Amino acid sequence: MTSSTTAHEVAATPTAGERTARPKRAATHFDANPAKAGWLTKTVLIVLCVAWMVPLFGTFVTSFRTRDAANSTGWWTIFTHPSTISNLTLDNYDKAIFGENVDMGRAFVNSLAITLPATFIPLLIACFAAYAFTFMDFPGRDFLFLLIVSLLVVPNYVAFVPMLKLYRDLGMGGTFPSVWLAHIGFGMSLAIYILRNYMATLPKTVIESAKIDGASHFQTFWRLVLPMSIPAVAAFAIFQFLWVWNDLLVALVFIGPGENEPVTVGLTHLKQQLGQGWELTTAGGFFTMIVPILVFLALQRFFVRGLTAGAVKG
Amino acid sequence: MLAKTLSALLTVLLGVGAALLVYWVLNKIAELLPAKWESRVKPYFYILPAYLAIAVYLIYPTILTVINSFKDRFSREWVGTQNYSDLFASAAFRQTLLNTLLWIVIVPAVTVALGLLVAVLADRLSPRSEKLTKTIIFLPMAISMIGAATIWRFVYDAQPKGTGQIGLMNAFIGMFGFDPVAWLQTSTLHLNSLLLMVVLLWAQVGFSMVLLSAAVKGVPVDTIEAARIDGAGERQIFFRVVVPQIKGTIITVFITVTITVMKIFDIVYVMTNGGFNTNVLGNEFWNQLNTNFNYGSASAIVVVLMVAVIPIMIYQVRHFKAEEAAA
Repeated sequence: MTSSTTAHEVAATPTAGERTARPKRAATHFDANPAKAGWLTKTVLIVLCVAWMVPLFGTFVTSFRTRDAANSTGWWTIFTHPSTISNLTLDNYDKAIFGENVDMGRAFVNSLAITLPATFIPLLIACFAAYAFTFMDFPGRDFLFLLIVSLLVVPNYVAFVPMLKLYRDLGMGGTFPSVWLAHIGFGMSLAIYILRNYMATLPKTVIESAKIDGASHFQTFWRLVLPMSIPAVAAFAIFQFLWVWNDLLVALVFIGPGENEPVTVGLTHLKQQLGQGWELTTAGGFFTMIVPILVFLALQRFFVRGLTAGAVKG
Repeated sequence: MLAKTLSALLTVLLGVGAALLVYWVLNKIAELLPAKWESRVKPYFYILPAYLAIAVYLIYPTILTVINSFKDRFSREWVGTQNYSDLFASAAFRQTLLNTLLWIVIVPAVTVALGLLVAVLADRLSPRSEKLTKTIIFLPMAISMIGAATIWRFVYDAQPKGTGQIGLMNAFIGMFGFDPVAWLQTSTLHLNSLLLMVVLLWAQVGFSMVLLSAAVKGVPVDTIEAARIDGAGERQIFFRVVVPQIKGTIITVFITVTITVMKIFDIVYVMTNGGFNTNVLGNEFWNQLNTNFNYGSASAIVVVLMVAVIPIMIYQVRHFKAEEAAA
């Protein structure tokens, strides 16, 4: 994978002395000539980017095509026969979002109602726990934390059968809180793990001086540790948000189709009811992607810093 | 619609408010105690809600599932190891197990390798191109598995020979005069399973790339310079200097992706529903639960999955202990 660096590039590497004299880029590079990518590097990356984008782009084009067109010709027809561009339509979005069979608009509201608390509540709980694991001393701390680390790998399937029974007994099946609680439980171990890793990198002296100044744990947590942990908190928030918003399994099990169904469940109807009606599924699919893409693009920079603070160390 | 939105908003506010209230109350209770007890009790109060959630949603269900896997389909009578022997007697289930293992062996390794490749290569581009490349590779992370499955049906779709193809792969091979292939129904050499794995790869490589890219950029420049002065080639530098220093991140990514792969359900459920020998444990669990209504069998499947997870669990704990010792 490094063969793009040709022999003459290696030869042209400045010696260590010259190197330190040059202004360095913030990032570290192990390439002989970091600013220049060879043709092989560029080709590989372009091929990968095209491979990544083509399926998405094709679906995007299809979401504007009529049912007949989508079922009879490939989406690339609009390029091979440019005259068909005038046949493109917004009908699919209209039908998928406001249609009679499936109410994606309602599902959208449901998804928000499920995702927001299922993102914020576990984050809050995990922040408190991570604070305790990082800055408080108590008997059993290491054991309790190790238990959380090992529970990271337990698949959430285990909870479905017992929880369905419990929810039925409590009469809370199909409600929003039933899914919130499920996502709180399933996301908790990863959240504590990531947040504790990050908090462990915070300077201990700042926290200690706050304690000397007479700040309580609650104050230290709210005023100091929480604001300093923003990158990790934001990173996990994106993670959990994307995860819950895109979740199908938990929603199918605990909410199922009906009044409270989120967009992922709604999307499966679009398929089942309309069989080969590609065009509605694609429009519905893009409709569901808007929110996660916006969230991701807006908070992208936090994502990298927050998730890697603990991990990169090793 | 408006009523729905308002009631949803109200539920959201109540839920988040209740969570905040819990901590406020816990903190007040702790402050009412004598000072000595306050500092003793507080840490446990801080981790109590987290542990409640974990106990209810992970620990309790795990124990119950193990118990139910030895009971009949309605969890009424004990049936001993009947569920397990039934499962392993079924050729279809053994195949499902094998398919799941294939996913576990192939997907995490390829995800890490591709993520590392993009991270290392994109690092050489200009900052603007690097950002664009990374955003493109990361974009599928924002798409649900079911959305991804929809997208990839346009790649794998097959129409009868002679009619216009709407699937990209068949249209492509058609240009060279080949007959259309029903990709997802071809289980020779697990081709269809591999094609389903491609969908997950497409969705996951971005995640691995982001983490590995940050790690690669964190490698101290002096170690690389030193190796270069000693006459190491680029390939050697990569494998002997860079890779050992980012090992921690590679392991983290590898484990995270492995965990995702073990739970894989959506892609298979939507694209083939386990047909044509593409079944995996996650999908089989779903079928036992919702098609066969067999709690006993479904529980046994989850237990099989958990047993398969134990080595990762042990490794995870060891890795953590080693990290703690080093810190």
